[in-house]
Amino acid sequence: MTEVLLETRNLTIKFGGITAADNVSLTINAGKNLAIIGPNGAGKTTFLNICTGWLKPSKGQVLFEGRDITPLPPRKIVDRGVARAFQIPQLFTEHTALENLLIAASARQKRRNPLVDMHAIPERTEMLHLLDMVGCADVADVLVVELPEGQRKLIDIAVALALKPRLLLMDEPTSGVASSEKHAIMEILIGALKEANVTSVFVEHDMGIVEKYADEVAVWNSGNVQLRGTPAEILEHPDVIRDVIGEVV
Amino acid sequence: MPTGTQSSKPSNKVNARMTSPLSWLWIVGIAVIIAVPFLVPSMQLLVNFAMAKGLAVLGVTVLLRAGQVSFGHALYFGIAAYAGAFLMTSMPATDFFVILIVGVLGAIVAGLFVGLFVVRYRGIFFGMLNLAFSMIFWSILEKFYHLTGGADGLRFTRPTVFGQALDHVQFNMVLYYSVLVLVVALGWFTHRWFASPVGQLFQTIKTNETRLEYLGISPKRALLSGYLLSAALCGVGGVMMGMAQGVVTPEYVWWVRSAEMVFIAVLGGAGSVQGAFLGALIYEVVRTYASVYAGDIWQMILGGFLLIIILFAPGGLIGILESAFKRDTTKPSAKTGDRK
Repeated sequence: MTEVLLETRNLTIKFGGITAADNVSLTINAGKNLAIIGPNGAGKTTFLNICTGWLKPSKGQVLFEGRDITPLPPRKIVDRGVARAFQIPQLFTEHTALENLLIAASARQKRRNPLVDMHAIPERTEMLHLLDMVGCADVADVLVVELPEGQRKLIDIAVALALKPRLLLMDEPTSGVASSEKHAIMEILIGALKEANVTSVFVEHDMGIVEKYADEVAVWNSGNVQLRGTPAEILEHPDVIRDVIGEVV
Repeated sequence: MPTGTQSSKPSNKVNARMTSPLSWLWIVGIAVIIAVPFLVPSMQLLVNFAMAKGLAVLGVTVLLRAGQVSFGHALYFGIAAYAGAFLMTSMPATDFFVILIVGVLGAIVAGLFVGLFVVRYRGIFFGMLNLAFSMIFWSILEKFYHLTGGADGLRFTRPTVFGQALDHVQFNMVLYYSVLVLVVALGWFTHRWFASPVGQLFQTIKTNETRLEYLGISPKRALLSGYLLSAALCGVGGVMMGMAQGVVTPEYVWWVRSAEMVFIAVLGGAGSVQGAFLGALIYEVVRTYASVYAGDIWQMILGGFLLIIILFAPGGLIGILESAFKRDTTKPSAKTGDRK
């Protein structure tokens, strides 16, 4: 039987006259990579913001592993096992790539000893391995501010993985990355997710990426899930071709 | 496929710095300070003041690491000094170390009270709210003169040291070396704290609070941890200054004192532990001698000095020193960036 990791029930949120989430009910199954597609303004990022506690819905519930996480702030939801990677990488730019991961590992372990050097924590080897997994081991000691966008994206995801989540929500993991590098980055990313046994949800506009790397696809439109199915079913659907693919091609 | 082994070995920056040429300079500097009471007794009090002030500046420096500037940290300098003074006036034979502990606890409790409120704000609001709290306390000290002595402050006799009543010279010696021990111990501790996971989490407030929240950490709580450390450091400086002067006045919490701490922190090298003490020492020397030889324009001299530092050496005095020493050693990769 498929384990439901995250479930939303009737999520609703409005920004003025715009309904960004309109009664959204969705289940996310463990062990799958779910892609969310849809036109701009459909409410995809809003959905991620609600699931991670950044926005509070006016109505509805978010359940993670069967427990209500709706009223919790992001940091409490992270503690439950939900991590987030961002469309614009959210990193500590004055720290190196490795230090970003060490900070994440320290946060995960709630390390409080003021006399232990962060570079000497036991998770250092594990974090180097994680950087290696996302193909960034060679820039471990480079300041994040000096890295190209593609590597920042991967490090942002690695930081999220350093928290050892059960579920990773990613907002456009390949946006801002050169077309020639997108598939290479997704290869690395999906491999890393599989190795870490992490379920993922990713918002994506590139249908080639969706077709190749998603197990399931949910189509967003006007603040709700319009369709859901396998990539083959969804990408052939006339409504998707008209409303989604038509806009991005 | 890149491998994790390409990265450098675990870098213990603290140990690395202890063996650098600059570290030897600090060791020599400490040795000189140890010798001051014997070699140049006339400088003893000045260096004592500089070290006490340096501890308070270190408190301001801690906050600078998180990108926050407080224009009211003299509050903790004053609260600790007054806590010690109240204790001494009510129980004159109180021991030196008890006064120190009570004063610092007073600063920490006040830091917790004010900190819980101000950590909700950032930037100019954080700075000005701190100033507001310090000026409220200043008004209390000025107006409740029957308790606080008003503008005249509180005078108190020398405390005992381990139960022994010491004469003026002996007490000043004990005070001088106690401050020095505190400077070394707290400077070392703060240095280690900066490099520790909890210190690193605190410093990330400067660059990305969103990510910090998404690491499961409350940015407010992270800032509060550093705020309490900064209040405690200012408190240590305030108690030691109070005992060195034998009198505490509302001037201890006056806004100019807070601004002076920020001034010295920038002068020494914003964010640098050693810079806080170097800046305080240089500041005290320049202030003392400039006020003697250029009584009417000494503030202008200091202001001009700070302008030059900001324009031509944004790393402060410590940045100038580090650059000078790096020229003689292997230049680190520009990519690794040795950050203070």
